[in-house]
Amino acid sequence: MDYALIWAALIAIAVFAYVALDGFDLGMGILFPWIREEKYRDRMVNSVAPVWDGNETWLVLGGGGLLAVFPLAYSVLMPALYMPVIAMLLGLIFRGVAFEFRFKSKANKHWWDRAFMLGSMVAALSQGIMLGAMLQGIEVTDRAYSGGWFDWLSPFTIFAGIAVCVGYALLGATWLVMKTDGPLQARAYNYGRNSAILLILAIATVSIYLVSSFENVAERWLTWPGSAVLWVVPFALTLIGGGLLNSLTKQQEGRPYLWALGVFLIAFVGFAVSIFPYLIPFEITIWEAAGPDNSLAFLLVGAVVLLPIIFAYTGYTYWVFRGKVKEDSGYHD
Amino acid sequence: MFESWFTQADAILLARFQFAFTIAFHIIFPAFTIGLASYLAVLEGLFLKTRNPVYQKLYRYWVKIFAVAFGMGVVSGIVMSYQFGTNWSVFSDKAGPVIGPLMGYEVLTAFFLEAGFLGVMLFGMNKVGERLHYFATLMVAVGTAISAFWILSVNSWMQTPAGFAINEQGQYVVTSWLEAIFNPSFPYRLAHMLIAAYLTTAFVVGAVGAWHLLKDKSSQAARKMFSMAMWMALIVAPLQVFVGDLHGLNTQEHQPAKVAAMEGHFKSESQAPLYLFGWPNEETAEVDYAIKIPGLASLILKHDVDATVTGLDAFPRDEWPPVPIVFWSFRIMVGIGVLMMLIGLWSGYLRLRKKLYDSRAIHRAALFMGPMGFVAVIAGWIVTEVGRQPWVIQGLLRTSDAASPIDAVGVGASLIAFIVVYFLVFGAGTVYILRKMAGSPEHTHIPEYARVPMAAERLYHEED
Repeated sequence: MDYALIWAALIAIAVFAYVALDGFDLGMGILFPWIREEKYRDRMVNSVAPVWDGNETWLVLGGGGLLAVFPLAYSVLMPALYMPVIAMLLGLIFRGVAFEFRFKSKANKHWWDRAFMLGSMVAALSQGIMLGAMLQGIEVTDRAYSGGWFDWLSPFTIFAGIAVCVGYALLGATWLVMKTDGPLQARAYNYGRNSAILLILAIATVSIYLVSSFENVAERWLTWPGSAVLWVVPFALTLIGGGLLNSLTKQQEGRPYLWALGVFLIAFVGFAVSIFPYLIPFEITIWEAAGPDNSLAFLLVGAVVLLPIIFAYTGYTYWVFRGKVKEDSGYHD
Repeated sequence: MFESWFTQADAILLARFQFAFTIAFHIIFPAFTIGLASYLAVLEGLFLKTRNPVYQKLYRYWVKIFAVAFGMGVVSGIVMSYQFGTNWSVFSDKAGPVIGPLMGYEVLTAFFLEAGFLGVMLFGMNKVGERLHYFATLMVAVGTAISAFWILSVNSWMQTPAGFAINEQGQYVVTSWLEAIFNPSFPYRLAHMLIAAYLTTAFVVGAVGAWHLLKDKSSQAARKMFSMAMWMALIVAPLQVFVGDLHGLNTQEHQPAKVAAMEGHFKSESQAPLYLFGWPNEETAEVDYAIKIPGLASLILKHDVDATVTGLDAFPRDEWPPVPIVFWSFRIMVGIGVLMMLIGLWSGYLRLRKKLYDSRAIHRAALFMGPMGFVAVIAGWIVTEVGRQPWVIQGLLRTSDAASPIDAVGVGASLIAFIVVYFLVFGAGTVYILRKMAGSPEHTHIPEYARVPMAAERLYHEED
């Protein structure tokens, strides 16, 4: 059995689950500058408070999973992306504690609001920068990162970082459309539309830039089977992007979030096609990065048994907290 | 451009300090939440069984403190799952095939379980009803314990590696998962740490109870929590001394250099003395200003006064751990353990004389002991981690060979960022927790719960 390939797929699913779930709750913080009313902010935070912790666990699974099954990739990527990783972690600390802290102190609430907002933005920006840096390629010598301190920093990676912020804002807005009503929901539709347009433009820009400027990526996109995707992606992006904008215009509460996930899926597939079969572009393939088979097999047993159970009780949690979030929900006194 | 200012040794020292700092901060929260989750499960179970409202009050009181502590544990824990790679990439590459899957199992069996049911536990009472809510509390408590199981297995493997071979890339490859997971020091370390978490929490609960008893000794809620905490001190503190001794004997067998440092034994000798206090001097290989009891170390470690106890002279000088740190951390941990046991015995005596709620002296003592569990936990981890040096994996990989190719400036800058953020964020969190603790449990707000929650929920939706 090709354990490395199976695990690459599983890690991809974990990363996508992370983006789909933590994306909307990071989106709350990214939308904060546009939504300043305290009661709305409370409602936004309360809409994700029962689930954010589980959402972020997918990130731990991503990190832990990489260490477990692709230890070489983990030990090259972390030093290569040192600064964005640390920035992401610090951002997540600020926003994570803000969930509790902003209700604990009236006098300092605005500070924790800022922590929530900036923490979410820094985390999203760092994640985009990391994706961009991987597409750029990472220097490796003798099983170790051999690039410079600021290799991750370029106009392209910054652009990718901003694009991820916009994407999470879209997920956040479409989540609010589902979870709220009244004036806040009306505004969420509006933010959703704006961020959807920006995101689609950003994806198109990144795609064109990748094909025209990055030989390694272009090679994949222009030769079979990658070229199939090249033709499918613009088509799918138009179709799904159109569906997203349409559902936002028609105010179909539950649908925009799913359409938005569709847009993310396209970008995700595009990313995978750009680097496959490399895990460290363009130095280490998934098979070279994989740990010994018995480590992969051992954890695979657990993943196969436990992931469905995890999906089940995570789904149950979402079901318990289904429906609109009221202004007075949450347990805070 | 900075390379000339700092050496690789500086980078490794800074990386070690960064790991020590982030993990010492992190362990405070799990040590507390492992114990508190179980305490909450006990409180809710007792409430459902007895319907005594004092248990409900205490549950609502402590669950809010739990929420803050748990949040801080989660975010400081995410940092840990990336620290291995950022600063210790050689270690990650080599040991990843062993410790990675174990940590993967921790995420799959524990983290998701805790996080998934935490939402229901904190926010779901009026949505799921009592029994499902109790189930959620139990799942969170079980999750914290499962988490301890895996991460202590990982740490124990680094102390007493077993069930592995080395492949051509120099990676450790598991030959027997059972042997790797249940490596020789694991059962002892797991028991010792779980009990430490329960004791630490018991003394926090006891201190909060004592504080409120000092203000109002008639408070039923304060009496209840103080009494429960003191039962724990009476029963579990002696148990910890016993388990700690077994753990020590296991360490003596597998990591004798660590025990030699703990005891300050530079020379291998029969009738080895037990040093109560003193200053181990690595230059002269003597314990300066020693207060010692001859022969007692042989008796404790070998259960025979004439037995020879291995000293540091049995090991090459470059395989010694830093002796004074290990020696003193060990004494701090043991000292606190003894104090905990004495408080437990004292409380038992007062309970027999029906003075447990009247003796201001024990309330003051319990208040003083409130944070001591954390001190003991950190001291204990320093003993076991610094005591393993110079190895990151005992006998296999030196710490100095395990670090990332990151220069000292980068590690130093991120270290400063962590220190600033941690003191700011976790300082604020501690203030909020202390503020909650200062509030009387008698005034805990109990929300009105719907008797038939799901039906009520449906009604509520139809109104929309």
